[in-house]
Amino acid sequence: MIALLGRLLALIAIVRRVLLGRGRGLPAPEPEADPSERRVPADARAEAIVAGLALGAAAAAVAFLVFYVVDADTQLLGLTAGLALALVAAALLVASLRVVPQVTEVEERAQLLHPDETGRAAEDARSAGEGISRRRLLTAAGGAAAAGLGAVAVVPIASLGPSVADRLAASPWRRGRLLVDEEDRPLRVDDLETGAFVTAFPQGADKRDLGSPVVVVRLDPRTIQLRPSRRSWAPLGFVAYSKICTHAGCAVSEFRYPLYQPTSKAPGLVCPCHYSTFDPASEGDVTFGPAGRPLPQLPLAVDGARQLRAAGPLSAPPGPAWWGVK
Amino acid sequence: MSRRRDPVADPVRFVDERLGAAPFLRKAFHYVFPDHWSFLLGEIALYSFVILVATGTYIALFFEPSSHESVYHGSYAPLQGHVASDAFISTMRLSFEVPAGLLMRQTHHWAALVFIAAIVVHVMRVFFTGAFRKPRELNWVIGVTMLALAVLEGFLGYSLVDDLMSGMGLAIAYAVAISIPSVGGQVATLLWDGRFPGSDHFWPRLFIGHVFLLPAVLATLIGLHLAIIMRQHHTQFPGRGRTEGNVVGTPLWPGYALRTLGWFFAVAAVLVLLGGLVQINPIWIWGPYEPWQSTNGAQPDWFLGWLIGALRTMPPLEARFAGHTWIPNPFFGGLLFPSVCFGLLYLWPWLEQRFVTRDRRRHELLDRPRDNPLRTAIGAGFFTWVTVVFIAGAADRILVTIGFPYEGQIWFFRIADFVAPPVVALLTYAACRELQRSELHPLRAFAGRRVRRTAAGGFVAEPERGVARE
Repeated sequence: MIALLGRLLALIAIVRRVLLGRGRGLPAPEPEADPSERRVPADARAEAIVAGLALGAAAAAVAFLVFYVVDADTQLLGLTAGLALALVAAALLVASLRVVPQVTEVEERAQLLHPDETGRAAEDARSAGEGISRRRLLTAAGGAAAAGLGAVAVVPIASLGPSVADRLAASPWRRGRLLVDEEDRPLRVDDLETGAFVTAFPQGADKRDLGSPVVVVRLDPRTIQLRPSRRSWAPLGFVAYSKICTHAGCAVSEFRYPLYQPTSKAPGLVCPCHYSTFDPASEGDVTFGPAGRPLPQLPLAVDGARQLRAAGPLSAPPGPAWWGVK
Repeated sequence: MSRRRDPVADPVRFVDERLGAAPFLRKAFHYVFPDHWSFLLGEIALYSFVILVATGTYIALFFEPSSHESVYHGSYAPLQGHVASDAFISTMRLSFEVPAGLLMRQTHHWAALVFIAAIVVHVMRVFFTGAFRKPRELNWVIGVTMLALAVLEGFLGYSLVDDLMSGMGLAIAYAVAISIPSVGGQVATLLWDGRFPGSDHFWPRLFIGHVFLLPAVLATLIGLHLAIIMRQHHTQFPGRGRTEGNVVGTPLWPGYALRTLGWFFAVAAVLVLLGGLVQINPIWIWGPYEPWQSTNGAQPDWFLGWLIGALRTMPPLEARFAGHTWIPNPFFGGLLFPSVCFGLLYLWPWLEQRFVTRDRRRHELLDRPRDNPLRTAIGAGFFTWVTVVFIAGAADRILVTIGFPYEGQIWFFRIADFVAPPVVALLTYAACRELQRSELHPLRAFAGRRVRRTAAGGFVAEPERGVARE
């Protein structure tokens, strides 16, 4: 197998050679310079070029200052500053290669290992323990002190954050809480047709709280499949799920809603970060992507004013999973 | 006593009289740098870092690290009247109102991208030429550490701005932090001071991490990296007069000093030109972030693509039993995958000593990649693995731009993750062996000499054509 691949590569190399001909492609490497050689260019033309480049850099720098003063565009500022830097670079490189003496030197490498000294240093290190009888006790005591002080140094980091407790699972959703949109207007069922997809928040709650945002979707009631205990959670085909993806915490802001049902895929709630896809008709189950659990569902109810209200808390902790998620 | 002034000897004498530095100066002037283009890659990273510190200091003077919200009243009309954090608004002001502010900000961003790219290519150069071998294992470890810190530093930097891309990235970072088995909840709430998006304390923390903690550590490690190089001197490729015991090349003074200074200005020029002419991270198009917002086809800076890819391709596995989520899904792609990658990088010098070469000698002469086919093959396989995952990170762009179905892509990448690395490794191995055998240079034309057999049975060398060889 490997031999075959080798043949193949050789064949490619030969074809390349025939097609390109000798001398095409990159030139063959130049012979190595002789070590410890020194050549003084004494090249007046190169000196003139360096001077020209340096003067050009100065001119570009002045142009930058003028543009800065007249408050010109970012492009002009970048162009002039970049040009000044590029001309300085060119001047230095030409000076390095054509103006100053060209020297190749050989430097002997330092011997890193000192065979005698290594042994002696180890002995010096060991000599500290001379005459000590309770070495283990001292080591243990020293270790205890180091560990204790280490803890003293590290533990105050805990004041960085509040205790975890149940904060991570919290959500402001309660039974009876009104669903409102981004401008705090209540969601009225008559404004939303089948196929609607809106973001809602609990009235009066902090919208930035991970437990707050939910997506509300209106589906054909016949397509919704909920377990018996959740039957009443989807009045008039409205379902609501936490908008925070259970995979990595991004907002589930895409709604796939096929216009031609017979051949298209079923409706899906999609998180654009890693394309976790959840089935809104079936309790937010994961149908594709890396999410490991369904979106928490919010039970809904329609009140007398035909507005959407929560009929209970979220069915599970919102957001990405951690140790505390059952 | 009157003495003629000498503009060169006088300063040297001044320094020597006070610091006794003349012997050091002489030694420094004759410090030899071997010449090879690939030795300039690390310098690109070093000089990008210099530009990052310079531009970063400038833009930090105008930046407000605060998540406190206020109403935008700047000169960018489409966002007039929108509520956004002070971090976002001050970045908008820097971009639109501060003279040369946008140039500095864009140059800073471009320099970060180039910085990490240069480190990656530099690490590859060091790997494929065996430059990490004894006595340079310590510098390899320092270098790999700097790569990891640079990626983190870059992430903090673009998170600071608090635009939609920053917010989506931070949400994912939070999900990865909280996914650490058992203690993730504590770690995440500790860092964010509560649940994502965190308290008012979070932004100052992010800021101090980006402008002080990580740069200070990086600068220290860069100093250590260079000090160790000075102590050990550079490696060199084999060649005439070059041995394990010497260094052949251009001395620091004057040739290399001018050359490397020129290289610094060249790097700076490219970064400033990019910053001035090529738009990057136009936050006014993304807009400010709110936790309930996200957008399709969003991509992080390139150096996080491999992590996004790992998160995307991971199947929906989550170890959940006995009332706990033992391993939340983002742990696999966001932590386990990079830990394995960096673990392999860290351990490679010792893995190679132990299993590949069984060679514990000191090496000052570099390998060509073909000289150690097994190492080159393993490296190419590893690189392919990470690259496939990296490309998978752009699956949404492939969907959005050319419409290739996303689910099919993910299955393709899941399979390619396992198939492509061994195939590439095998091909690389074969290519190395063939190059070893033929002594061809992969990019150069045939450099041998043709020999013709005469009618009388003798051999005549054809006259040389093209480039002369010794």
